[in-house]
Formats: sequence, C-alpha cells, structure tokens
Amino acid sequence: MNKTLVAAAVTLAAASLSSQAMARDSIYIVGSSTVFPFSTAVAETFGRNTDFATPKVESTGSGGGLKLFCAGVGVDHPDITNASRRMKASEFELCQEAGVEDITEVKIGYDGIAIANSREGERLDLSLRDIWLALAKDVPNEAGELVPNPYQTWNEVNPDLPEITIEVLGPPPTSGTRDAFVELAMEGGCKTYDFIKAMKQEDKSRYKAVCHGIREDGAYVEAGENDNLIVQKLVANPDALGIFGFSFLDQNADQVQGSKVDGVEPTFESIADGDYPVSRSLFFYVKNAHVGTIPGIAEFVAEFTGEQAWGPEGYLVDKGLIPLPEAMRAEVASAAQSFAPMSRP
Amino acid sequence: MTDQTPASAPHKRTIDAVNASLKRRRAKERRFRRLGAAAVALGLLFVALLFADIVGKGHTAFQQTYIKLPVVLERAQIDPEGSGSAEVIARANYLGIIRAALRAHFPEVTARRDKRALYQMVSVGAPQLLRDRVLADPALIGTTAEVWLLADDDIDMVVKGQIDRTLPESKRRVKDQTLGWIERLESEGRITKRFNTIFFTNGTSREPELAGIAGALAGSFYTLALTLLLSFPIGVGAAIYLEEFAPKNRWTDLIEVNINNLAAVPSIVFGLLGLAVFIGIFGVPRSTPLVAALVLTLMTLPTIIISSRAALKSVPPSIREAALGVGASSLQTQFHHVLPLALPGMLTGAIIGMAQALGETAPLLMIGMIAFIVDVPAGFTDPATVLPVQIFLWADSPERAFVERTSAAIMVLLAFLILMNLAAVLLRRRFERRW
Repeated sequence: MNKTLVAAAVTLAAASLSSQAMARDSIYIVGSSTVFPFSTAVAETFGRNTDFATPKVESTGSGGGLKLFCAGVGVDHPDITNASRRMKASEFELCQEAGVEDITEVKIGYDGIAIANSREGERLDLSLRDIWLALAKDVPNEAGELVPNPYQTWNEVNPDLPEITIEVLGPPPTSGTRDAFVELAMEGGCKTYDFIKAMKQEDKSRYKAVCHGIREDGAYVEAGENDNLIVQKLVANPDALGIFGFSFLDQNADQVQGSKVDGVEPTFESIADGDYPVSRSLFFYVKNAHVGTIPGIAEFVAEFTGEQAWGPEGYLVDKGLIPLPEAMRAEVASAAQSFAPMSRP
Repeated sequence: MTDQTPASAPHKRTIDAVNASLKRRRAKERRFRRLGAAAVALGLLFVALLFADIVGKGHTAFQQTYIKLPVVLERAQIDPEGSGSAEVIARANYLGIIRAALRAHFPEVTARRDKRALYQMVSVGAPQLLRDRVLADPALIGTTAEVWLLADDDIDMVVKGQIDRTLPESKRRVKDQTLGWIERLESEGRITKRFNTIFFTNGTSREPELAGIAGALAGSFYTLALTLLLSFPIGVGAAIYLEEFAPKNRWTDLIEVNINNLAAVPSIVFGLLGLAVFIGIFGVPRSTPLVAALVLTLMTLPTIIISSRAALKSVPPSIREAALGVGASSLQTQFHHVLPLALPGMLTGAIIGMAQALGETAPLLMIGMIAFIVDVPAGFTDPATVLPVQIFLWADSPERAFVERTSAAIMVLLAFLILMNLAAVLLRRRFERRW
C-alpha cells in the first residue's frame, strides 16, 4: 500500500511539473456557449487548412471564460475567450491586475433570439410590451399599480392575440440566452411604461426587479439549456412558445416558426439590419501577450475575420451567425489583424 | 346445553377463523405477487421504451450517404511533373477537382448562387477523403474515376427521410432546386447509403457527416485505464488495512462512516474538489485524461473500498485460522490465502466502479472536459473529452443530423456499460466460492 501511495504521489508531482514545463503548441480557447458553434467551426477549418494544430475550444460560458482568460499570462491560461456580451469594466480591471494588459476585442456578428412556436400553430405578432406583460412577475393594473401577473391567455394581454394559454419554454437563469432575452425583450417592453421608465433614475434596483423578474407561476417553464429539447417540446405542444437562439430556428425551419416581434419576423436579413429588436452582438477577445508565443494565433484571427468565414456567404453563416455589415467587417478585421488593444470598456 | 355452547364454540371458531381467513390471506399473497410482477414489468417497460427511443433515433447514424460522380483526375492538375511524390500529390486542389466534377454532371447550373448550392451537396471533408484515396492509389492519376463522395449532412437527412420532401419549400431546409438534383442522382443510381466508418474513426467535428467518436472513445479509454490503475490498488489496500489490520476504535469507526458518506456524495462535488486541488494547487493541465482520472479515482474509491471489504468479510475465518495455525505470518495469511479468495468480489466491485466512472459527466464539466477537441488524444496529458461529455455536446448542437449521432453515441456507451456489467456478472459466476 505504501508503494501505491508513493506511486500516486510521484504521478501527481510529475504531472504538475510537466504541465509547467510543457510548452503548448495549440491555441486554447474558452468562453460562451453561444459563440462555441462558431468558434469550433473556425477552429476545425483552421486545423484542416493550415499546418497548425487544431485549437482546443472549451465551453465555459461568457463569465466563466473571461474569468479564466483574465487569470494571467502563460501557457496554462487561455489565449482567446468568446463572449456573447461585451467585457465588463470590472472584468477588464481583473485582467489588468493579473498582468493581462493588451487585449484585442473582436466583434464577430449578431445572434437573434427567436420566440417561436410549432408550424401547426398560428404565427404570433407580439410587441415587446406583450412579451413583458405575459411573462413579468408583476404587471401594472388599470390604476397603474404593480400587481402579481393575472394574465392566463394571450388575448388577455392583447385582444389582437389568439385565445391560447400563455406557456413559454425558455432557458434557465444560468444561460446567456436568458440574460440577453431579459435585457432586450423584457426590459424593452417594460420601459414602454413611462412610470417604470422614470423608476430607473429613482430606484435602479427596483426598476431591475420589475423589468427583469420572470413569473414563477408555471406560465414560464425553465426548459434547460438544451435548445434542441425546446424545439422537440414545441412540436409536441402547438400552443406553447419557446425562446432560443436564431440558429436553432434556422436549422428547424420545417418544424417551428419565429413569432414577429414589433412586426418584424426573425430572419437573417432583419437581424443583420438591426430591425429585429431581440438581437445581441457576439465577441471574442485575444490576449496580445500570447500572439507570437503560441503558434497560430494571428493566423486563427485572420481565418475568423476572413470573408470565407464570417462574410455573408461564409461557412459561419451556415452555422447560424448573422454577419456584421460590410463596412464594419472591414474595419473590425483590420483592427483585429493588427491586434489593436482595446480601451477600458 | 347452555354450558356446552361456550366451551365448544371457541374451538369451532378458531378453525373457522383460520378457514375463513385462508382465502383472504392467499388473496393477499397473490395480490402482493402481482404487484411485484407489475413493478418489474413497469421497470422493464421503461427500459424498453428508452432503448426503443434511442435505437429508433440512432440506428440511421450507422449509415452515411455518398454521391457517386465521375471525377476527372488529370495529371496536369495533380502531379504536373509526374514526380509521383506524395507531397506534391497531397497539395493538389482536390476541392477544385470535385467542384469541376459537380459542374460537369450538372452543366445547366450556371448562376453563381446556384453553383454555390450545388457545391454544398458534397461535404467539406470530401476533398480530404479524395486526397487520401489518390495517395493510396496513385494509379488513379490521369484517369476518370467513378468516386463515391461523402454527401453533406442536409443531403444525408433528405435521403434518410429525416427531412420531409413533401413539405412546401418555405418550410424546408433543403430547397426545391437541391431536391431536384438529389432526385436526379437517385434515379441515376448515384446515391447510396454505406456503413458509416467515419463515425468510428474520426474525432468530433462541427460537420455532422465528419463527426465521430474515436476521440471520445480514446479519451474514455485513457481516463478509465488510469482510474483503474490508481483506484484499484489504493482501494484494495485501504480495504485490507481497515478490515484485517486496523484496530477497532473510534478513529476507524469515524473513517468507516466517512467512506460510506463519500460513496453517497454527489459527483459534482468531486469535480469542484478536482478543480480546486488538482488544477488549482498541483497545476495538472485542464481537460486531460490525467486530471479526469484523478477526479474519478476519488469518486470510485469508496465504491471499491466498500465492495472489497465486503469481499474480505465473506472469506470464512477458518481460512485465516488454518493459515496462522500452520505458522504463516499475518501478511502471508492475507496475501497467500485471503486475498486470492476475495479477489473475484473485489474485481466485481472495481468493474462496477469503472462502469460508473465511464458514464460520469458532472465532475468532468468542472475540469474543462466540455471542450471541442478534434484530434484523437494519444496520451494521458493530451487534451481529451470522454464519451458521455461528447454526447452532451452533440445533444446541444443545432444541426439536425447530430440528433441521430447523439443517439448512436449513446448506443455505443450503453454497449460498453452492458459489456462491463456482464463481465462483472460472469467473473462472479466463474470464480466466486461459497462456503
């Protein structure tokens, strides 16, 4: 038994030594699960078309990715992190403190969030206010006081909508899709009420609670992080609506249809033009200190920001990415490929 | 008379009561048996449903669609100087050759947009496969060969009937134009489904038709091998010490309670521990079989210790006494007599622990195993992922063709689990001794 213990200890020690001494020859990417499908597609193409090793892409979520990214400089730390939102000022400071000083920010495109139902059902035409009223925890009554959400069917929210029970399948609070949905759709609908909008100046935390609070009486069902599962549940229940990323709508267009939001259907064009209101920008961040040390980073960034990848006819579009407008692509690509460090957000 | 009635009545009543209750008691037993059988039937029904669902969704993934096209392999394009060197042949533009073959077969397609749709019928991995084919058989250069090209996943889905052709075009991912091409190729006998070898030889990919489980299987293999190597000796050693040598006092009681507790700790806790200790303090590299094995060792240790102690307990004391009686030392008694008799039970416990480790996902999420790793790992410190995590990642991919691949990967995982549990049962049957 002593021998096995010693052997185990030696293995551990050897492992810890080897990892510190070991140089890394492949790029190490972490971050958002929303950007994961795009990042992996680029990584695979990059590995196939160049002599560099295929990068390792880890799906940690935007926040988790930035935390790992900002932990320090060196082969043990990631070179690139993906994010489905901009880096926060607090995260930038965290990076600075750990010696990660020069960071290149690359905006890669947009992602729309679809509110969809089965093709069997009727296509809904929702406004942001309808969405908020149907899903908020507290809604204003006629007297303008906030009361627990009384609405049970869509036509109670808005008489133009059909008489079907409100049942929305969406992601849980841990999901980036949920954050974006709450910020863009819920808050967007909430601030159409002037008295709530005024609350923002007076009592910010109350404003946030009112606008971001999702009802918990069963009308909103947390269906897990798996968007495929939501699509399957929608097919089984034509009266239910689901909230998920645009790429899943695009891939399952034969089974589900996206509801119009403020009269705009979620399509490739409407999201790219910025007409569809529930869309967000996607980013990745590069650690400039690693460029030139870890082989292939510059080439990887060039691959990602090349027209064959992120252009309107590129392979990322097939994966569901909505590209930036042409002028912006050129601007971002030249800034990215020269590794211009970002300023404090 | 009046005195007699009470005297004989109790006697009569007992037998009557027994006779009367007999029917009720038998009915009770029958009811209980039926309930038991119903419980088993219900359990089997759920297992059957699970298997039927997985097999129903997944069996199609073992086949893959290929398109046969006459491909012109001109010497001028591939090896202009006729050098025959593999390096020159490998660098030729096979994508261009395949596109030319598509254009030649569908000469009516001329618009830029339409050509793009046409090129998309063939997988992005097809050029590489063609290159490998030409490298393996250089005699093909200079000929026009009928080559089976790997089809794109959308085409695969149409051919397999997963995308309904009868739906109106606007509701379908594959447009009428492409559908027309597929139907023409089908009528010419140029589309076939073949056994999907790629699924077993490739690492993962973002393209469903190129995605395989080889990387995840290799990762699982390295992880489990190292887990067994670490946890079996430590577990058996701990069990022998605790069962045979340790004094029975408050400390060993405490240790025993803790081991039993550890066996019931949710596995995610071990993942968090691994993240903090192995990665945080010892600096073991993330997403490697090494760190995964260390975490899974912690997780399976209690299972192995508990089953090993049970196996040691089942060896009758007479064996130990006999060995000690003829002059063997304690150590000799243990290693020459008790351990060989307890080993089948210990191995069974170890195999069950390994099966548990094979199916484990939660602790691995914390140590960076949810990663996209294309290259098949070749050692304990290469980045790797394992089979259940691969299933998790595929289940989350938007492409329709990943649905069947997810189920197929589950089938492979289940096959391994059944094999391991079967091995445990057989081992017990073959070597177990009863006293």
